[in-house]
Amino acid sequence: MSDQTSRRPGVIAGTVKLTLFALVAATIVAAAWQVTRERIATNRHAAKIALFEPVLAGVAFDAVDYANPSRLSPPHDLPGNEAALIYTVSDKNAREVARVYEVSAKGYSGPIRLLIGIDTTSTLTGVRVIAHTETPGLGDWIETSRSDWIDTFTGRSLANTPKDGWRLQKEGGEFAAFTGASITPRAVVNAVKQTLEYDARQRL
Amino acid sequence: MSSIWKDGLWHNNPGIVQLLGLCPLLAITNSAVNAIGLALATLFVLTMSNLLVSIARRALQPEIRIPAYVLIIAALVTAVELVFHAYTPTLHARLGIFLPLIVTNCAIVARAEAFASRQPPQRALADGLAHGIGFGWVLIVIGITRELIGTGRVFAGLNQLIPGATQHGIELFDGGLLMALLPPGAFFALAGLLAIRNLLESRETSEQPVRDS
Repeated sequence: MSDQTSRRPGVIAGTVKLTLFALVAATIVAAAWQVTRERIATNRHAAKIALFEPVLAGVAFDAVDYANPSRLSPPHDLPGNEAALIYTVSDKNAREVARVYEVSAKGYSGPIRLLIGIDTTSTLTGVRVIAHTETPGLGDWIETSRSDWIDTFTGRSLANTPKDGWRLQKEGGEFAAFTGASITPRAVVNAVKQTLEYDARQRL
Repeated sequence: MSSIWKDGLWHNNPGIVQLLGLCPLLAITNSAVNAIGLALATLFVLTMSNLLVSIARRALQPEIRIPAYVLIIAALVTAVELVFHAYTPTLHARLGIFLPLIVTNCAIVARAEAFASRQPPQRALADGLAHGIGFGWVLIVIGITRELIGTGRVFAGLNQLIPGATQHGIELFDGGLLMALLPPGAFFALAGLLAIRNLLESRETSEQPVRDS
């Protein structure tokens, strides 16, 4: 007992000091967050907007409703367990010419956030990766900075690519896989196919 | 004071002598720019954590020392990650998980425990800088080597760090050996660097004067 009472002051002092340290640490993080938060949000948004151009390759469009996409909360029929966004793309006469789907594919080490452009004939106008956490050097071939693999989707549709074609080449499909990484491209192929099917159902 | 610098940069270098922080060292050095990014981030965290730990060293009784290091280092790493995300978003995306993982770099907690917790702030600051730069140059040398062998060019993506700098890098030859970019390349590059270091060290300590013709 006496042993415990003699130690108590040290415990209290330690607790107080550690609490102070936690406060200092929290202040550092809060300050950094405060300073960077707007820039980070702007960066994220700008990076996404910049991808609409390649995603809508060949589409004569005038406006995209960047501010008000329709938002589907999970569970939904689009790929991924996160909210999916659907942007409407229109021409000068405010007629819809395409839709851009923002969905998540289930990658090797986390969700792969994709932008998928589909025109009114249900043909893919382009696919781009917004964010992913795949292994550098292996799974990151889905990025345009590493390879142009992702462009193999452009021009495809459920009509011109048979059901069995939406697989990797080594599984009898039409899509190349990367050396050492097949989960990543398979996830992207499946997500694109599922989005096309969803889009087709919406246009019935 | 000069021994602090010699230790950090060479004799007790975290990367090639203590062999600490090998996870980011091996994983992120597939390009020079990645290596520079991680080197800068690690340098900042190491220096600041050394400084803060040293300032607070008298208040750090043994029971709370380690939790206090963890708090300080985690806060600094989080701040660095936010800054990278805000100011170099592309590099932030490429460094990915290895930016937050600086928190697990044992070189940092090792310096806090072995040096900063018993030295005045000035010396702790110098020690943090020395070891940070020591770790950084190893990262950058391996990064340049692997990128050059792997792709035939260096400094691709330098515009992410310095606006207006080259985006595609400086091409020195065409093609490249992919293996240099994959994990084995990292081990080979580190092994090469260790071999060079051992060679230099053994010459320095050998009693006979080196007579190279």
